[in-house]
Amino acid sequence: MTESLNVTVDRRQGLAVIYTEGYINNQGGEEIAKVSYELLDEGYKVLLLNLAGTKIVNSIGISILIEIIEKMIEINGKLGFCCLTPTIEKTFHIMGLAQYAPIFGDEAAAVAQLQAA
Amino acid sequence: MTQGVLSEVELALPMVPEMEIEASKIATGIAESIRMSPDRIDEVRMAVVEACINALEHSGASDRKVFVTFQVLGERDPEKLRIMVHDNGVGFAPEVLEEPTIEGKLKAARKRGWGLKIIKGLMDEVEIRSGVEGTTVVMSKMR
Repeated sequence: MTESLNVTVDRRQGLAVIYTEGYINNQGGEEIAKVSYELLDEGYKVLLLNLAGTKIVNSIGISILIEIIEKMIEINGKLGFCCLTPTIEKTFHIMGLAQYAPIFGDEAAAVAQLQAA
Repeated sequence: MTQGVLSEVELALPMVPEMEIEASKIATGIAESIRMSPDRIDEVRMAVVEACINALEHSGASDRKVFVTFQVLGERDPEKLRIMVHDNGVGFAPEVLEEPTIEGKLKAARKRGWGLKIIKGLMDEVEIRSGVEGTTVVMSKMR
């Protein structure tokens, strides 16, 4: 059985929200990276990853998210996360991701904070 | 009285993509059966995924198998879930592994290498046994 990832995007004024549905493993991480880099090419420098539809991730997938964070730092952009399960949020804290990509409880708060930044 | 093994389940999984998901499903079922809280079950599930991926990626096991043993421990009632993830690979020296940091990984070409740190952060007890007969990650979570 394959646990694939579906990714959809909502382009908004000055910010794009990326929604994930499924397992973020290496293929899932690559899919998120592909979509993220396309959005950067379109001119979006603020991205929000809404993981409400993702209940499991692995460290290979998260390593690809670190590549995206690195890219965002390079271009002086911003990446945030919202709607994480408690375990995914805890894992991001264990790894230190939250120091470089803020984590928000819900999408509305994330959009407000990222657009204001 | 000391904790004994109340029940035990053994799995032998082929090293194929997403075999870690199958192991995590068994972990979830056993943790639910001892009424572990949902958040703790989710942490166990993630730790099992990471331990299986480590075996898949780094063991170099010629039999291309991962062996997972789940033990429910307790005096009379379930108190703890112990999970042993074993491979018959080449082994490694855990004491020389450098702990990854986000600062280091942001600058590094290789961003991977987080598995053990995540497992240690999610489980209550973790022990790594590694040598010429392979590697076993022994990890436990109180109910």
